Amino acid sequence: MNNINFLKPDKSNLNLFLILGLSLVFISIFDVFLSSFFKINATGFLPTSISFLLPLIIGFIGLHFIRIEYSGIRTLDEINKNFNNNNFNAVLSLLIIFIIIKSIPPVLNWTIIDANISGNSKEACTGDGACWTYIKVWLRRFIYGLYPNEEQWRINLSFISLLALGSLGYFATEKFKKYLTLYYVVIYPIIAFLFIFFFISGGPVFFDFSYGIIASVVAIIIGFFVPNKFKLYYFCFVPLAVYLSLNLFILPEEYVELGKLEGLNWVETGAWGGLALTFIVSFFCLIFCFPVGMALALGRRSELPFIKYTSVIFIEFWRGVPLITVLFMSSVMFPMFLPEDFFLDKLVRVIIAISLFEAAYVAEVIRGGLQALPRGQYDAAKSLGMGYWKMHIFVILPQALKLVIPGIANTFLALVKDTPLILVVGLLEIAGMLQMAKTNPKWLGYSMEGYVFAAVVFWIICYAMSKYSYNLEEKYKTER
Amino acid sequence: MSDTIIQIKDVNKWFGDFQVLKNINLNVEKNKKIVVCGPSGSGKSTLIRCINRLEEHQQGSIVVDGNELTEDTKNIEQIRAEVGMVFQQFNLFPHLSILDNCTLAPVWVKKMPKKDAEDLAMKHLEKVQIADQAHKFPGQLSGGQQQRCAIARALCMEPKIMLFDEPTSALDPEMIKEVLDAMVNLAKAGMTMIVVTHEMGFAKEVADEVIFMDEGMIVEKAATNEFFANPKNDRTKLFLSQIL
Repeated sequence: MNNINFLKPDKSNLNLFLILGLSLVFISIFDVFLSSFFKINATGFLPTSISFLLPLIIGFIGLHFIRIEYSGIRTLDEINKNFNNNNFNAVLSLLIIFIIIKSIPPVLNWTIIDANISGNSKEACTGDGACWTYIKVWLRRFIYGLYPNEEQWRINLSFISLLALGSLGYFATEKFKKYLTLYYVVIYPIIAFLFIFFFISGGPVFFDFSYGIIASVVAIIIGFFVPNKFKLYYFCFVPLAVYLSLNLFILPEEYVELGKLEGLNWVETGAWGGLALTFIVSFFCLIFCFPVGMALALGRRSELPFIKYTSVIFIEFWRGVPLITVLFMSSVMFPMFLPEDFFLDKLVRVIIAISLFEAAYVAEVIRGGLQALPRGQYDAAKSLGMGYWKMHIFVILPQALKLVIPGIANTFLALVKDTPLILVVGLLEIAGMLQMAKTNPKWLGYSMEGYVFAAVVFWIICYAMSKYSYNLEEKYKTER
Repeated sequence: MSDTIIQIKDVNKWFGDFQVLKNINLNVEKNKKIVVCGPSGSGKSTLIRCINRLEEHQQGSIVVDGNELTEDTKNIEQIRAEVGMVFQQFNLFPHLSILDNCTLAPVWVKKMPKKDAEDLAMKHLEKVQIADQAHKFPGQLSGGQQQRCAIARALCMEPKIMLFDEPTSALDPEMIKEVLDAMVNLAKAGMTMIVVTHEMGFAKEVADEVIFMDEGMIVEKAATNEFFANPKNDRTKLFLSQIL
């Protein structure tokens, strides 16, 4: 205890340095805490600049004292190693702690202490903080858009049933596990489409069906059961022939009123909006862009020049144009090229546009995964007599897709966050509804609350997605 | 000759400007074991990769079991199903268990019922003595076990010919033996085999003929005893003196 060198704290005087250092750090943090939470300036008697810097100086000295190597106390060593390994990092650590302490009270004040949530009008918001009343009043609009209030149970019911159907995978027994992929890739999207097509819209909204189209779709489905030998010829001719013959000769001008359920009012897509629309657009875009992207990725690596260059041009085109232009084109230019009696809803056009746009990105991500696979995998699959499709379906794609889960999750998150852009074609999903609510004369000046609300909602959605992607990564992790 | 199963005639192959195979002529009879050796870069791997058309030859003809190798895809897949191949780097499918590795091709290429394919796979895994590892993944196995699994996987297609592309080159010395044992057993069972290897002990034990390749040409081709006891070509002598 004789030689105490305050410039070089060492282990021999461990307790002294520990007490001294910790109390100094505590004093500095406490000082900031007081000034931040209670507006008490404990060092007010000093000149302003010194008073301002004092906590930092005291804390710095304190941290210097406790910076003792191999002290034998595990927590202390951890702290020293991670936050306090040299003077510069000590200052940074202190500053970060101070900033956190300083920023808590204003955030708390705005979001909770000074905020209002009671009442139903602007007059209820008297405090300085956020006016959550605004969110409360507009919540229905934010979630359902302009969808009529008395019909909103249709959206709720659809989403709940889709959620239930989607979670079936968790409860599937061993016996049905092998059909799950088929279920999720083919059956589930069809069910989802039918729900939205018939139930939420409740009228002939998306596009008109003719008997010809229905017959040819049926013909295509039957085609999958045709013996392999004739499959190619069947697919080349039969559906088209069925369509043309029905449309041109037997039932010209005959359209089916599909999409009309008894007792349901038609709600046109222009009235859909809010969070529900965000979900609908994201869901269908995710479902469509993935297979298209996969096909493009394979196409770009194809040895057939026609397929290869078609894919390259397609990908480079969609990657080269901004999404906002694509959306404008889909809503303004595209209808001009369509025949006059052909009707395709704006929402459908937007979904197709976003899907193709994102498909180009997904394609490049998947191509990265394909390129990461060693050539030996292709050789091995080929040497076992597998053709192109079997090789890709059973050997190449499962491995490549596993590799690119983070990249795909990235693209999908970007997609979800791009959906507010459909605002430019007049579809108001949650951010669009905010825009509308913000300019309502009764509720001027509350855009901040709205944006915070939207940010939280998007964050929850995106965080859930990214968590899910981590889960997938874990699930499919195998040692190489 | 009626029981010639592989007939290679005047085959030439180029990678860009570089000629890897020069005028290769080779006939392999049924149930014969051929060992191909030679320095690296001599074209031995390319030659056997040409036999199941993992590489395309540009001139000449290769006839495998009566089918000529051409651009026709169906023909190639049919031939590949009859020709098993084992690689230097094992090339097991890391996302599938050992058993699934073995049953994948029989089920999807040969349309065998899953149950039969599994029985067959277990039979072959038993033969190479890794039946107890059937439900593990390739990443959990040692190199020797992986290579034996690769042999079993190829056997599950019940091929008429087996090609081995330096099967022991990527293995630790003590694992080489277990793989070679499996190959010797296979040879004794009467499989037609073409083996690219530097394991001269193996060649002496099982090979009917040894082929020495250098710079894309077959320099020497002789019966095994003759090849080791009395090599004719200077290049062969040099090679043997270095490797033995």
